[in-house]
Amino acid sequence: MIPAPPVALGALLPALIVFGTGVLVLLLDLVPPRTKDHLGGVALAGIVIALLGSISLWNHETRAFRDMVLLDNYALFFHVVICYAAALAVLLSIDYLRRNGVESGEYYALLLFSTAGMMLLASAGDLLIVFLGIELMSLSLYVLAGLFKMRLASGEASMKYFLLGAFATGFLLYGIALIYGATGSTNFDRIAAAAAARPRDTLVTIGLGLLLVGFGFKISSVPFHMWAPDVYEGAPTSVTALIATGSKAAAFAALIRVLTVALRAAQPDWSVLLWAVAAVTMTAGNVIAIAQSNLKRMLAYSSIAHVGYMLVGLVAGGVPGAGAVLFYLLAYTFTTAGAFGAILLVERSDGEAVEVGDYAGLARRHPVLAATLGLFLLSLVGIPPLAGFVGKFYLFGSAVRAGYLWLTVIGVLNSAIAAYYYLRVIVYMYMREPEGVEVRLVPSFAGGVALAIALVGIVLLGVMPAPFADLAQVAVAPLLR
Amino acid sequence: MSTVWLIPAFPLAGALVNMVFGRVIGRSAHWIAVPALVASFLGSCVVFARVWSGQAFTTTLFTWIVAADFETTVVALVDPLTGVMLLVVTGVGMLIHVYSIGYMHDDPGYARFFAYLNLFVFSMTMLVLAGNFLLLYVFWEAVGLCSYLLIGFWYTRDSAAQAGKKAFIVNRVGDFGFGLAIMWIWIAFGTLDYVAVFKGAETLAPATATGIALLLFMGACGKSAQVPLHVWLPDAMEGPTPVSALIHAATMVTAGVYMVARSHALFERSTVALDVVLWVGVITAVFAATIGLVQTDIKRVLAYSTVSQLGYMFAALGLGAYTAGIFHLVTHAFFKALLFLGAGSVIHGLHGEQDLRKMGALAPRMRVTAMTMTIGALGLVGFPGLAGFFSKDEILAAAFFGSRAAWALLLAGAFMTAFYTFRLIFLAFFTGPRMSKDVAHHAHESPRVMTWPLIALAALTVVAGAAVGIPSEHGTPFARFLSPVLPVHEGEHGGAAGVMLLVLSVIVVAAGILLAWFMYMAAPVKAETIGQPRTVLVRLLLNAWYVDWLYDRAIVRPLYALSVFLARVFDLGVIDGLVNGLGRAVVWWSAGLRRLQTGYVVNYALTMLAGAVIFVAYFLAR
Amino acid sequence: MEYLPILLTFAFAAGVAGALLGIPLLIAPRRLSPVKLAPFECGKDPIAISEGRFPIKFSTVAILFIIFDIELFFLWLWAMLFRRLGWFGFVEMLVFLAILMLGYLYIWRKGGLEWE
Repeated sequence: MIPAPPVALGALLPALIVFGTGVLVLLLDLVPPRTKDHLGGVALAGIVIALLGSISLWNHETRAFRDMVLLDNYALFFHVVICYAAALAVLLSIDYLRRNGVESGEYYALLLFSTAGMMLLASAGDLLIVFLGIELMSLSLYVLAGLFKMRLASGEASMKYFLLGAFATGFLLYGIALIYGATGSTNFDRIAAAAAARPRDTLVTIGLGLLLVGFGFKISSVPFHMWAPDVYEGAPTSVTALIATGSKAAAFAALIRVLTVALRAAQPDWSVLLWAVAAVTMTAGNVIAIAQSNLKRMLAYSSIAHVGYMLVGLVAGGVPGAGAVLFYLLAYTFTTAGAFGAILLVERSDGEAVEVGDYAGLARRHPVLAATLGLFLLSLVGIPPLAGFVGKFYLFGSAVRAGYLWLTVIGVLNSAIAAYYYLRVIVYMYMREPEGVEVRLVPSFAGGVALAIALVGIVLLGVMPAPFADLAQVAVAPLLR
Repeated sequence: MSTVWLIPAFPLAGALVNMVFGRVIGRSAHWIAVPALVASFLGSCVVFARVWSGQAFTTTLFTWIVAADFETTVVALVDPLTGVMLLVVTGVGMLIHVYSIGYMHDDPGYARFFAYLNLFVFSMTMLVLAGNFLLLYVFWEAVGLCSYLLIGFWYTRDSAAQAGKKAFIVNRVGDFGFGLAIMWIWIAFGTLDYVAVFKGAETLAPATATGIALLLFMGACGKSAQVPLHVWLPDAMEGPTPVSALIHAATMVTAGVYMVARSHALFERSTVALDVVLWVGVITAVFAATIGLVQTDIKRVLAYSTVSQLGYMFAALGLGAYTAGIFHLVTHAFFKALLFLGAGSVIHGLHGEQDLRKMGALAPRMRVTAMTMTIGALGLVGFPGLAGFFSKDEILAAAFFGSRAAWALLLAGAFMTAFYTFRLIFLAFFTGPRMSKDVAHHAHESPRVMTWPLIALAALTVVAGAAVGIPSEHGTPFARFLSPVLPVHEGEHGGAAGVMLLVLSVIVVAAGILLAWFMYMAAPVKAETIGQPRTVLVRLLLNAWYVDWLYDRAIVRPLYALSVFLARVFDLGVIDGLVNGLGRAVVWWSAGLRRLQTGYVVNYALTMLAGAVIFVAYFLAR
Repeated sequence: MEYLPILLTFAFAAGVAGALLGIPLLIAPRRLSPVKLAPFECGKDPIAISEGRFPIKFSTVAILFIIFDIELFFLWLWAMLFRRLGWFGFVEMLVFLAILMLGYLYIWRKGGLEWE
């Protein structure tokens, strides 16, 4: 008789809820009615339940499947971030899909599977689960990116994302294999123990380098960022919002855990490399963003730059640094999802309004939307008292305290450069006369709700950051013990 | 007490709602703004009641960023002085909000107006609640911003925009000193917290104390329009009249007085600073009063009167009679707000006419306004029994025992005050009508929503003095209430001499009123004869002693010339070259980097591969 | 040195690949014609509009086949150990099959099994 292994599905509960909802949506897609509006509602309900469940599980740490899945505060923090990102994406999708003539149940199912993958990634305690999560997340996103079958850019985005993603996954797997070969385990704790026993093992460091390539692709850090602008531009905007926020947060969740738990012994090695990556990433992202006239592309480069900022926190290390990254991800999720959401609600007669020229004089015609988009952009610039400012404050503060003065200087200079292209949009909205094609605001209740949530989020995080920063620090503290 | 934060929170919420949803709310904006103020006022009453029962406490309203040893918190200090200021700000503010419903009724910017007004009350309550100098400074600037926005409320009018700018710039001069003072305090004490600073002030070197106090006073001069920074306040009358009443008479301009009284511990360490405060106050009081004698714009008379009365308050502070200064601040808030609102009612009734030369005989047409405004005028001049009588005479008494010269000048000021105040009342309400038939025909009393606040303020003017201002052996009840915060220098109110002083000042006031009567009431006056520069002196006064002219010639024009020079030569050649060069370099670089993004998947993959090689090579090299 | 065998494997693979590419370059006769220069495309015209339609049915069926093939692979192992796994194994397999059946239902309802 083979003894039955303990099954602790509780550790997977939030991800399972989302996953189950995905399956449910697939099945509901098979039965009437023909319109698929209600599927968005079902998906949203599932995400909200998972969100509430995650919140209620706070401080109830569970480990399952021989420590392969960890449902600790750290995972739960990311569950909340991911659920927010997914919920905003669903809210933005509901009217957007109908407008573009793509109403399919698969969309929500894939979105939910992808979300489940992200949540799995956040609670991974084992490199195999990391791989599983990344694949579940990415495969769904590849399809979602190509959802607008009639649009060439969408297909191109999907194809590029898939090819390059597969390429990156190869590196990731190879890294996992090397680390397994060197340490005899894929479990974070056991890798840590083995790596500590044999410091500076060549195989481990090469594996680390390859892992960083794989993660670098997922978080779109330079030089693995080149897919991002094309995919962000081509993918449906609601999917772009999810790729830019949820998938990035999830990849960061796994990256931080791998680096600070499994490969802590190699910190002197990876922190120097990440120092350079952070500096190059934020500089390249910001500098190239200046030359963009397409708002989605601009935001893609801006999101690359923000990854650079977040890497600063990772380089700084310790509870303040890692906590700052967590807080920044939360702030960044609201801000970026909001910015994409605002763009999604503006429409030209011949499609989406994504050129900066389309936004000339928007404040005159649609003052509320212009003000909302303006606030998201100001938060991205880092103007107090919005979330972006506080996030940067924590990040750079932790870097200064850890002694990375030059990196901080580069970061602050970059923030100054970044102000240029964000403010340019605001200048267009407020100080230019409307030009060219007439743009109109798409009436969408769900979209409005999404923007309102995001707006409340950035203001709340900006005005009362202390409790959230505390939660972030509480979440990362056990990792670094 | 944890609910203190509600006092500023209500107006802030009101301001936000009206700003965001102004378009939707439109004419209903007051249904947001006024209840917010009422709630804030009730909150202030609760706080006042706690203070009354002898409590003083500091409380953290809000913690912003906490990062290790660094903490930014908003700390409120609640003591009797704060309690009094809160009541004045929210109480008078509430009445003026109600009044504005009528006054601004037809204005297209109705919601915007209430949003700004609420924002101002938020900033002002935060200013008086602030528990450290940094917070004080932040909201000092915030009220300045609100003032700027509201002076320039009718921004399409060029003069309004100019006046707003002037107010802002002149205030910057004062704030420059204030900012330096705060930095110096930080250097000297290592903290900006009131309690710690005032405790440490006891052992402060006199020279340092003098420097800090004088710089602080520089800020107060800007905000409270003291000579030589008084020039912005008369121009600020371009704003809507409720704004003049709330911000430029009752509350914001008294922030300087509040600040000096609050930091009296620093001023006490330096006799030089106190003397400067005294004499700037005295000079301002007399100087502004002389200008007020000849003005023909009803609001300008009141504006110069405000400058002059603020001078009285500073004189009191300079004499060490802090409670007298604060008491005058309170009573002045009542009757000056009343006078401004009354003037607004007259302007409203005459469809925008502000010129005293084109008024007259309004009393029968506007009974409530005429009556309440006369009460306000009596309060201002110090008619026995009314609020101004107690507060002003306390200042005069303090001056008499402190500095005879100051006392004489202030007494002369009182005479002029009586004259110009009643000149205004007579010209507006009682002399024969000088406006056109058409305007006279349409002149009407203001609606109830405007007259009720007038009546309420008139009632306060009548009772406030007698209620808390009657001196006894241990000072007035008001002074005793404030004694935990502001020291009372006892024994200076001599019995017989005090009575003599009272009688004397009553006589002086009566003389002023009588002179106004003889000049304007005894015989009918012609419009052309009022405010005409018949003598050099009158010409001088009409041009406000040519201070603006002097500033223009001595400061503005040379600066402008310099800036033109810099703009044409230095900027274009050096700075622009640098900045544009840098900007161009970034853009050029950006365009270059952009070319790397070819769109070919193969190239992307190759870049990734190159990155991977670099990563692995780096790790192997270590 | 313990990784020397791996390195040797690498070297061998590189050598073979290099030889296969390099030797023809050196010794093969080169008589070029347009047809020969064209990318190897099974006799199809290599430059054509990609909008052309081709039946995707074959790949769908192939994917379906693989799915059920893998299912069979699982079932086989499970059947071998059925008794030793006990009730736990039975329930687990039921869950697995139920999920698979949901997928099957989905494919069926979406028309994935229809040839025309």
